This record gives sequence, C-alpha cells and structure tokens, in this order.
Amino acid sequence: MWRGCRLLLRGRFPPSRLLRPPPAAAGCLPVGLGGGRAYVPPAERKRFYQNVSISQGEGGFEINLDHRKLKTPQAKLFSVPSEALAIAVATEWDSQKDTIKFYTMHLTTLCNTALDNPTQRNKQQLIRAAVKFLDTDTICYRVEEPAALAELQKNEWDPIVAWAEKRYNVTIGSSTSILGPNIPASTKETFVSHLASYNMWALQGIEYVITQLKSLILSMGLIDRHITVEQAVLLSRLEEEYQIQRWGSVEWAHDYDLCELRARAAAGTLFVHLCSESSTVKHKLLQD
Amino acid sequence: MAVLGSPLRILRGLLRELRHANGRAGRPYRDTPAYRHILAAFRAHRVTSEKLCRAQQELHFQAATYLCLLRSVREHAALHQEYHGKGERSPEEVAGLVGFRLPQQPGGKG
Repeated sequence: MWRGCRLLLRGRFPPSRLLRPPPAAAGCLPVGLGGGRAYVPPAERKRFYQNVSISQGEGGFEINLDHRKLKTPQAKLFSVPSEALAIAVATEWDSQKDTIKFYTMHLTTLCNTALDNPTQRNKQQLIRAAVKFLDTDTICYRVEEPAALAELQKNEWDPIVAWAEKRYNVTIGSSTSILGPNIPASTKETFVSHLASYNMWALQGIEYVITQLKSLILSMGLIDRHITVEQAVLLSRLEEEYQIQRWGSVEWAHDYDLCELRARAAAGTLFVHLCSESSTVKHKLLQD
Repeated sequence: MAVLGSPLRILRGLLRELRHANGRAGRPYRDTPAYRHILAAFRAHRVTSEKLCRAQQELHFQAATYLCLLRSVREHAALHQEYHGKGERSPEEVAGLVGFRLPQQPGGKG
C-alpha cells in the first residue's frame, strides 16, 4: 500500500493495474463467515470442454468449445476479424487445466471488451481518453533527487521522448514540477489525428496498453515496433527497478507485478497489431 | 530500434511455450492450430525478395510479443499459485505454526 502512496505523490495515476478483474463466473463466498471459519477462495469454474476449435462465420472467426459456440459476457456471439487472433484465443482456452483462470486470459478479455463495449464509448471518446494520458505521461515526469535515479531517467527516457518527437514531428519535453510537462495543443492534435487512423478494435487495445503502462509515448513506441514489450515494461517501471536494485526484490510482489504487466502489455500490443493488419502474399515465380 | 532475438530462437521459444500450455493431455501439441499456424507463418515469410521486408519485420515482432505473452502468463500463473492461491489458514493451523493447540471445550465457548 505504501508503494501505491509513493507513486500517487509523484502525480501518477493510481495503480489500477494492481486491481485484477474478478473472474467472470466465480462462485459466491460462503455466507456467514463468523465462528472461526477460515476464508476459502471462491470456487472456480472447472474446465467443461474437451476440444477447442475455430470456425469461420459471417462476421469473422468463431471459437467452438466442444460443440458450443463461445459467447461474450453480454451473450453476443464471439467473433473476431483475424484468424491469427482467433487461434491465439483458442490457445488461451485450450491451455486451461482443470479450472478456468480468467485472469490469465488477456486476449479473451480484450476481445470481449471490443465486442461488448461495456463502457459504451465511441471512437472520439476513446481517442480523447488515450490522449489525456499525455498530460500525465510517466516518462515526462522526472525527479530531482536521488541523483542516481534522475540520471537513470535521463539516460533511459530521453531517447524515447526524442524518438517520439522526431517520428510525430511534435514537441513534448519533460519536467520536474508536480504539475507536469506543458504539452502544446498542436501535439495533442497530431496524436488525435494519428489515433483516428486506427479502427475501433485497435483503439480499444491501444487504450488498454496506455492504461497499463501509464504512458502514451511508450505505447506508441510499442505500436510502432520501436521497442519490445520487455523494454517498454522496464521503462514504465524504471523507478521500481531502481529501488529493487538498491533494496532487493520481493518475489511475491515485484516479480508478480512484473509478470502481470508484461502479460497485459504483450496481450494489448498483439491485439492491436492483429486487429489493424491486413496481409497479402504475392508469390513470385523464379525466373531462370 | 527494437532489440529482438533471432527468429530461430523466438520460434523455438514459442514451440516450447506451446508444449507447456497444452492443457488436456489428449492431443499432442503438434496437432493444435496454433502450432500449425506459427510454423506456416514462419515458413511463408522466410524467403523474400526485398531487403527490408515490412511483413517479415512485423511477423518477427508479433512472434516476439506472443512469446513474451505466453511466457509471462505462465510465470504469473505459477507465482499466483504459489503465493496467492491457497486462501487463509484455519485457526488450528495458525496455532500449530507456533506450537500451540486450541483448547477443547466440549460445552462450547463460555
């Protein structure tokens, strides 16, 4: 909890990535916990299917669990536009042993969000939510002391900011004040028009990655394939990594958070790339 | 630019992760659509006439991302199972940790 408070003081968003989504079909806690009863975690759904396969329907690719078609939490038919994405979701369902752990199925969650749109946001609202993160972007917030951390931030974060400035032809800058950097309106306009070129599904994925990494610039670096997922997660958690190097790593907290953030960021990035690609294969004959 | 591993290493890592992720022991992992799709994609993009083939780089990055996803999901699940999956201890176990035993009161607590 103290770690969350320290990050709050720096002006970052609350660590919402520490909150895991509740399992979609979990049993209820036993009623009446008084009288010395120990806490038992809610019963998880058992794996009720043997085979997972893919079929192509009118809207896209669908997942079949045995003979039943997979549906979203709002009971819509689960269909994705890309075959590779459908295969990845089928692999997620297939890799569940005995019980279904919904918190490991990130691609399924993303597809459900894109299909259901539970927050009922349209494209403009999604883009606005994504660009709003630029005001409180992690890699624009610098510390002044300890000096080693300030130096580390300068060496690691400055190249990414410079890359983003060059690639998008904008001014971003960084600041050490608690109010954060002063982002000019033209920068936000550029990002708004850039994000408008993605379709609705890809935008859901982009907004998810931005929320997890707490940084718009790092997410754009991932989408443009400038940095890998491991690098992006490391840059997002730079201060924590610095403290871990100084004080040591606590496996059940630090490694746990690291693996979870990597999984979510990788799932989001893969989702965006699979939803926004269109591949054509041109076969050329060998000329002898 | 992104520092990705060599494609061969990524491919081997992906196949190893798929082997671990195989849930039901009924079908071998070579039968799964994911295995076939990954191998087909790698084979299709192996030969290209362009020096800086964009599709090849995209596939390389996507493969590395998927490998990161599978690996971190597996590690996360293992960590969760080890540290957070067991619920609370019962009062008897807690007493036993420090060598005590709960008193037996046949008439219930007073």
